[in-house]
Amino acid sequence: MTNPHAVLATAAMIMSIVVTATAGDILTASAMRQVGDLDVIRRRSGIPGAAAAVITNGRFGLGVVCLALSFFSLLFAFSHRDLSLIGPAATSLTFVTNALAAKFFLRENVDRRRWTAAIFVCVGVALLAF
Amino acid sequence: MTFRRYLVLAVITLTASLGDTFLSRGMKSMGPVSLAHPGALIHAIFSPWVAAGIVLLIGFFASYLTALSWADLTYVLPASSLGYVIMTLLAKFWLKEHVSPLRWLGVVFITAGVGFVTRGPSYTDHSAGPTAELRAEIEDAEEVRR
Repeated sequence: MTNPHAVLATAAMIMSIVVTATAGDILTASAMRQVGDLDVIRRRSGIPGAAAAVITNGRFGLGVVCLALSFFSLLFAFSHRDLSLIGPAATSLTFVTNALAAKFFLRENVDRRRWTAAIFVCVGVALLAF
Repeated sequence: MTFRRYLVLAVITLTASLGDTFLSRGMKSMGPVSLAHPGALIHAIFSPWVAAGIVLLIGFFASYLTALSWADLTYVLPASSLGYVIMTLLAKFWLKEHVSPLRWLGVVFITAGVGFVTRGPSYTDHSAGPTAELRAEIEDAEEVRR
């Protein structure tokens, strides 16, 4: 794949998967933070109450839409490029973009320990392609 | 982190890896599906392996959401990535696939990453949160019962 257009197209496909997956993960995590501890809600209103609290949250809905877009971007990419390139590249990059986005949007305490973990898992997932 | 919460992380790990492996097993037994015949995908849903995979992945999403309600995203994602290790083990010993030395190195990296993150705190406490008062009441009641 030496053609610059093909390289650019592959990068665009991987980026679209990574961006939509990260947006989906951040929106779902943010929704769950808004909803609160599900164990507590389950004790108060049972499993149907906990399910209702999640499903009726707007951010959760948006998150699911983004995750669905990510899934379809992945399927689209698989129809044009090899699974062994797209799968590990998108998954491992998502670990790093999630750590960045969680720090800025969710204001999570992403300390050195969590960065190390994200990078180790990112490298590990990339190696699984070989 | 309580024992029950570690159990939820274990359920995420197991259901994700088993769900993906079941889907892969089911789709491989069906043969290649052409985009010209999308009806084959509907047919695939009713095959036992694919159906079991979907049930497991629904269980994964429910336990993933539960974990996100009491732990950070940057804790849950690496902590539950042991699923990749389980998938590699299942690929090697159940699906009889070849696993290269570099893939085993990847398994070592992932295991180390999981080790790093699970030794730290699981939640960034910004404020009391919507269920904090109720949780405090439950914890008080449990304390009295003890």
